[in-house]
Amino acid sequence: MYVAVKGGERAIDNAHRLLAEERRGDPGVPELSLAQIEQQLALAVDRVMTEGSLHDRELAALAVKQARGDLIEAIFLLRAYRTTLPRLGVSLPLDTAAMVVHRRVSAIFKDVPGGQILGPTFDYTHRLLDFELAAPGSLLAPAGVESGGEGDRGPAPLPRVMDLLDREGLIESEPPSEPGGQVGDLTREPLTFPARRDVRLQNLARGDEGFLLAMGYATQRGYGRNHPFAGEIRHGEVAVSLAPEELGFAVEIATISVTECQMVNQFKGSSTTPAQFTRGYGLVFGAAERKAMAMALVDRALRVRELGEEPASPTQDEEFVLSHSDSVEASGFVQHLKLPHYVDFQSELVLVRDLRAAHGTGAASAAPDGR
Amino acid sequence: MTTRYNFAYLDEQTKRMIRRAVLKAVAVPGYQVPFGSREMPLSYGWGTGGVQVTASVIGPDDVLKVIDQGADDTTNAVSIRRFFARTTGVATTTSTEAATLIQTRHRIPETPLREGQILVLQVPIPEPLRWLEPREAETRKMHALEEYGVMYVRLYEDITRHGKVAQTYEYPVMVDGRYLMRPSPIPKFDNPKLDRSPALLLFGAGREKRIYAIPPWTRVKSLDFDDHPFEVEHWDRACDLCGAQGAFLDELIVDDKGGRLFICSDTDYCARRRPAGEPGPGA
Repeated sequence: MYVAVKGGERAIDNAHRLLAEERRGDPGVPELSLAQIEQQLALAVDRVMTEGSLHDRELAALAVKQARGDLIEAIFLLRAYRTTLPRLGVSLPLDTAAMVVHRRVSAIFKDVPGGQILGPTFDYTHRLLDFELAAPGSLLAPAGVESGGEGDRGPAPLPRVMDLLDREGLIESEPPSEPGGQVGDLTREPLTFPARRDVRLQNLARGDEGFLLAMGYATQRGYGRNHPFAGEIRHGEVAVSLAPEELGFAVEIATISVTECQMVNQFKGSSTTPAQFTRGYGLVFGAAERKAMAMALVDRALRVRELGEEPASPTQDEEFVLSHSDSVEASGFVQHLKLPHYVDFQSELVLVRDLRAAHGTGAASAAPDGR
Repeated sequence: MTTRYNFAYLDEQTKRMIRRAVLKAVAVPGYQVPFGSREMPLSYGWGTGGVQVTASVIGPDDVLKVIDQGADDTTNAVSIRRFFARTTGVATTTSTEAATLIQTRHRIPETPLREGQILVLQVPIPEPLRWLEPREAETRKMHALEEYGVMYVRLYEDITRHGKVAQTYEYPVMVDGRYLMRPSPIPKFDNPKLDRSPALLLFGAGREKRIYAIPPWTRVKSLDFDDHPFEVEHWDRACDLCGAQGAFLDELIVDDKGGRLFICSDTDYCARRRPAGEPGPGA
């Protein structure tokens, strides 16, 4: 017999309690602290900050803890918090040439001024499970840093490889589209098409790493191929400066950790432009290097219009890429399918039963063209 | 780390921005107004657009009703009603008549709305032309040029194939003879309630960042052909609980032998038609 679908309120309360219990897990196992997450799951924190568009390690760590390690859920939590924050000002553009560098590699020159700095990378590790890590308390000897200036760089500027190419005119120079103009902000204004590059880059920076990785990978496999070289990847700390109108000069307000990737891409030139290299750009918080590289590939792919190329692939279609890159939007819409759809489904049931009945009696062949 | 939120959660600047979009939507009935949709503390797809519209029009004297699938007691309706009870402290109700503001997903109440009421509909995909043309840049042009032939062709194709239009929900409508509009996924059963509604109808799509409106008493026509007039779904039976004829019925499977129960999807309407405490003939 029919039992009314009542008690939604109690069900929700109980679900929340269960969730809290599951989150904590076995109470015999010590609870994670935010400091542990922030320090030892640093790359998870970096991803959450990047796609959450908020540079705050502690809040990102809290989000990771609250989301039980589900990073997309953590990104959502951080985003929902971020929207409530007042906008106090807009910083000056970051000067990544003045970065305090922890890692810096260029794949296009064997050596570059300032040198190649490998830094802490998985790149040359052998992916063998390290069973010693399974037991706590394994303290490592600190990494040796050569005194020849190859370790962490001081605040002395480290010229960007791209600037060296630029000086020779080999690569497109990159003047701001509107000097002194405001950059767009997708979190305040809706996305419109065609989108300007500043807005595209913001969208990609907030975009899901997995999605960008797949899109970037597709460009490499021929879906919008753009012949990329990793011109430079650098990771480190940069200062954020703000120039309040009432002060009239810039003040440094924070230091943030970022990874920047500059791709160099082939461009054969056109009737009006001689052959030169073009750029793809990626910038993320923390050490999310894979994301920065994928972002740079996709940024370049989306520049077809301004470079007068013929778009041929979904990777070059800005509506396709930008409308589907956001994990919070995508996750919400995919998962909303579990909300009740009784009414729409009932309408479909009525229709399908009608059509089936009509099919049986041949009534459907009364259709104008007899199909 | 406790934070106090503003009345109805959104800050006043954001509400102002949304109200401007709502006003524009009311001024141009059926036109989709882009707005700076915010990230809300509930998931996209759960009604973020409706919640933002409700948050920007709700006042302390409002009486709020929230329904999902016509029902006041479905989990998402409960959750959204609680969200506003918590952030505004306004009175809530399940009564369609008592409510001044109703947020809904997928239904328009059976009880006729009256002047002065606002109905806020949650919208997943606002663009009626989306399945025919995926590109926003294109569909905006088509609306500007009133180029709606493709939609008629699509309906015509249904008729040639099935002998009737096989669109059961989000059935396209023309608003005030100008804009083609997707009435959110309400069943076409509810489409006639859009026409010359005494209440203000507001549509909010959060993920797609669009707001649109049907002001009171606006003409809303479901697309059809002279020889294939628009028709709504009907049931050859009455509600098993209240005996209502001509209400939208939900179908429940009550045992593993295919036993069915048909009951009103509008829980408030159904409950009012039954004497207090009586479960009804079918229960």
